Amino acid sequence: MDFFAPVLEGFGTVLEPGNLLYCFIGVLVGMLIGVLPGLGPAATMAILLPMTFGIEPVTAIIMLAGIFYGAQYGGTITSVLLRLPGEASSVVTVFDGYQMAKQGRAGAALGVAAVGSFIGGTAAILGLTFLAPLIAGFALDFGPPEYAALSLLGVTLVATISSGNKVKALIAAAIGVFLAMVGRDVFTGTERFTFDNLSLSDGIDFVTVAMGLFGLGEILYNLEERHKAMATPEKPKRVWPTTGEFKQSAPAIGRGSILGFLLGILPGGGATISSLAAYGVEKKVAKDPSRFGKGAIEGVAGPESANNAAATSSFIPLLSLGIPANATMALMFGALLIQGITPGPLLVSDEPELFWGVVNSMYIGNILLLIMAIPLIGVFVKILSVRPAILAPITVLITLIGAYTIKNSVFDVGLVVLFGVIGYLMKKTGFEPGPLVLAFVLAELLESSVRRSLILFEGNLGEVFTRPITVTLLFVFLIVIFLPIFQKMLGRATAKSKSKELVS
Amino acid sequence: MSMTSISQTDRTDVDKPDDGENRPELPATGEEAETPEELLALWEEEAPEPAGGIANLVACALTLAFGIAGMILSWNLSLGSLTDPAPGFFPFVIALITAVLSVAQIVLGRRGGDGEKFNRYSVTVVWGIISLLVFVIALPQIGFEIPALLLSFVWMKWLGGESWRSAALYSALTVAAFYLIFVVALRTQLPHLF
Repeated sequence: MDFFAPVLEGFGTVLEPGNLLYCFIGVLVGMLIGVLPGLGPAATMAILLPMTFGIEPVTAIIMLAGIFYGAQYGGTITSVLLRLPGEASSVVTVFDGYQMAKQGRAGAALGVAAVGSFIGGTAAILGLTFLAPLIAGFALDFGPPEYAALSLLGVTLVATISSGNKVKALIAAAIGVFLAMVGRDVFTGTERFTFDNLSLSDGIDFVTVAMGLFGLGEILYNLEERHKAMATPEKPKRVWPTTGEFKQSAPAIGRGSILGFLLGILPGGGATISSLAAYGVEKKVAKDPSRFGKGAIEGVAGPESANNAAATSSFIPLLSLGIPANATMALMFGALLIQGITPGPLLVSDEPELFWGVVNSMYIGNILLLIMAIPLIGVFVKILSVRPAILAPITVLITLIGAYTIKNSVFDVGLVVLFGVIGYLMKKTGFEPGPLVLAFVLAELLESSVRRSLILFEGNLGEVFTRPITVTLLFVFLIVIFLPIFQKMLGRATAKSKSKELVS
Repeated sequence: MSMTSISQTDRTDVDKPDDGENRPELPATGEEAETPEELLALWEEEAPEPAGGIANLVACALTLAFGIAGMILSWNLSLGSLTDPAPGFFPFVIALITAVLSVAQIVLGRRGGDGEKFNRYSVTVVWGIISLLVFVIALPQIGFEIPALLLSFVWMKWLGGESWRSAALYSALTVAAFYLIFVVALRTQLPHLF
């Protein structure tokens, strides 16, 4: 009963009219902006971050969570209507979703995606409700060495699991940590890398980094692609799946939800991997796999349930350990820090209202998403019909003016532009901005934990071996770093021996 | 599959800008792709050309320079000792890691690395960046209205290929909407003329 009391109180927090309103606004705005091609959840959240300033912490995070799953669904809409996945986790939705749209069943595809997202998301929130406090309870005994190892593992896992070049991802992560060092040293108060610039003495604001790299960087990148004109979608005729289609997709939704939940907890591309895995599973269990890619509704239901479940379960490491599992969670982490809240094991016990308020808001937000998704299809089609040439400067101005309103500082607007250019160049040169942002938010925890550990160990690094959790985490870290190298070497050796065999 | 290649998938010429004569279209492709395999092959085919070894070298030389500069700056802050690390200690280690990884990538990626080639449309981005810089410089001097109007117009007309009429109309409407939201309704301290 003790467990359920704060959970129920959390519902009281969400159901306050103000919080409900912001939850609604978050989901709606997230969906509307997320539907714009090229702007996924991370970019949408980054651009809209300033909207959350000046609001109570609980309300702000409820709204951001709403923006997050609203934008997540927005990516599905473009996948189905335009064959343009808003993000990597929506790629497989294109295969059958677009075929369904071509057959005049776009409404059914979007409807089943909304229902699947709702069920997947809700199942993951249930898991989050029971699992996050358990993990947080376990992590309460963590000291600086454990946190140092955990944050190191978090940064490297995300960098190495990410889809692009692993070494470049690690370089981006290292630069992210370094940039976070700009400003006053928390231990001694010494100014670091500020070049006597007053605006830098408080450090670089996380919001400017996120808005620049994710928001403006993405817009500049899309600007280069503008010469390729975009198709205008037609408004779907039938906007709700039939009972038969629901029955057909129900098992896929169930399987996708479980798979997504489990894979989402892992750091890295949980949502992407889970949607791909769910598609593979559905194709494998289908009586007639040849239907897939030709408009099989299970090909939409499974992956969409999985990626939403994964997106929600990725809140578990963030809220219970204080370690963001992906770039979007890094944004959530930054938003919490801005509100003066440090995510981690103490969050459940110290801020139960916020923790349970945010967790329970996801139930409500998912219901709102389900209610709004279908009736708003016409609006989405209208938004997609507006030429990108008109939408782009509007999004740019939202970003720039938003950046100004954070601290009423033109310097910050300049920094957003600078990070926008860096973000664009990173994309062009194969560096992913995600690891940089993630490392940027984890840097303070990493540095303070490492320095505290060194003081604790009095310089004797052998002390690490007296702490089993730290040793285990560092062992996993070494595996993460060296496994890809071993795999590559093994692959080369096998190829060599095969070619020798062929020659002989 | 990277996001990079996804964002450049099928875009037919249905929504051609009003006066898009100076915007050469790529041929509309993709309607023939039916299966996921065909679709993936199509995305692969339409993916931009890889950046190549020189781009990898230049990019990693920059990150190497960043690492070396970081090491020098951190050294100047003093490193301290393992028992009592000074403010420069941790940044030095991170800068060192950046430098070492950059060298590794220069060697590993000498035959290509990732990324995509700059093309003739990359010039559009340069103009976009210049317009952003003009906005940042002009904002504190003359308020946001004129710079925002110019930025919108440039992005719509020259970078987006809209007609004079629609660029002028939508730019004016955009700035008016921003004025009403940020100055009148939210009463932010955004510098403004009127």
